[in-house]
Amino acid sequence: MAAQVRVLRQRIRSAKGMKKITKAMELVATSRIAKAQARVEASLPYAQAVTGVLTALASNASVDHPLLTPRERVRRAGVLLVTSDRGLAGGYSSNAIRMAESLIARLQADGKEPVLYVIGRKGVSFYRFRNRPIEANWTGFSEQPSFADAREVGETLIKAFVAGADDVDGDPGPDGVRGVDELHIVYTEFKSLMTQNPITRIVGPLQIEDRPRSEGALPAYEFEPDAEALLDALLPKYINTRIYAALLESAASESAARRRAMKSATDNAEEMIDKYTREMNSARQAGITQEISEIVGGANALAASGSEV
Amino acid sequence: MAEQLNVQLVAVEEKVWSGKAEMVMARTTEGELGVLPGHAPLLGQLAEPGQVRIKLPGGEQLSYDVTGGFLSVSEQGVTVLAENATAVAAASGN
Repeated sequence: MAAQVRVLRQRIRSAKGMKKITKAMELVATSRIAKAQARVEASLPYAQAVTGVLTALASNASVDHPLLTPRERVRRAGVLLVTSDRGLAGGYSSNAIRMAESLIARLQADGKEPVLYVIGRKGVSFYRFRNRPIEANWTGFSEQPSFADAREVGETLIKAFVAGADDVDGDPGPDGVRGVDELHIVYTEFKSLMTQNPITRIVGPLQIEDRPRSEGALPAYEFEPDAEALLDALLPKYINTRIYAALLESAASESAARRRAMKSATDNAEEMIDKYTREMNSARQAGITQEISEIVGGANALAASGSEV
Repeated sequence: MAEQLNVQLVAVEEKVWSGKAEMVMARTTEGELGVLPGHAPLLGQLAEPGQVRIKLPGGEQLSYDVTGGFLSVSEQGVTVLAENATAVAAASGN
């Protein structure tokens, strides 16, 4: 009996230890969500300004920039997948991977060859384990991405996209580099603290979002240098900001997913502690009851034998 | 009352500065440029490395080192877009 109580006590102790860990992770994730949301907020003015400037440019200049025009034949399509570096975030990474897989299946059905770019250790190990080729991967910043990270990713993607312009039927073309003709990005949208959905977006060829309703004629801009050179310089930056925004939103989603996973882990640990405590108490009580009845039984037996003498 | 410019200086990761100013000076790839209220709409790429100076109504001046920058002047005001903007200390007066 005493042995059972001891075992239960040990289980309670380990459940309490687990609860402390998960509770701490929950709190950390909660503060990270707030931080990530603040960074999303802080990046908005720039994104809006870039969009405004590009809209002004696009309405003044001829828009046949290679980054803007859809290719006639799409042979290779780049897929950028954003996952987390660490686990314990519920279904966060696996949902994003599943989304990417369905996108890849769709691309293959259309006769396009998918090219994978992966951010986050979870996604990388998923594809490594399955021996599937990854064109490029980046890890180590999934929770706190900086713009420098986004720029690094963006430059690789833009290079691949530009290099794809002269490819001829699986042949690298004059520049000797096999590029891509389309760029997709799969990341996790932060809807609210409770819902985060994986979504796919096309970043190449680029569509400039939020084209404001034309309120009369847009002012005739002067350009320094000329409009084409400006477009050349601005479009890559715009793609980088789109990637940066996706990274920030993914980071917020990751923290939210982790917070939720850790919250339910904490709740489960609490439940377990309650259950074991009850079991332990009843085991202890059973032991006491048994001891008392043994004593009483013994005393009665002694009394009975004494009266016979 | 003198006319004033609405100036916004935004970096990718945050809004650096916004407010009213008398004049914005910057160097584009084509050359040095000063923007006063009523300037014609303009889009420019800033020279690298570049400095943006903002002259405040009080006569004070703010300076920022800007990389990867663009300058947009419209009727609403002046917007400086930068990949990175850091304030340059001790640039008041004159």
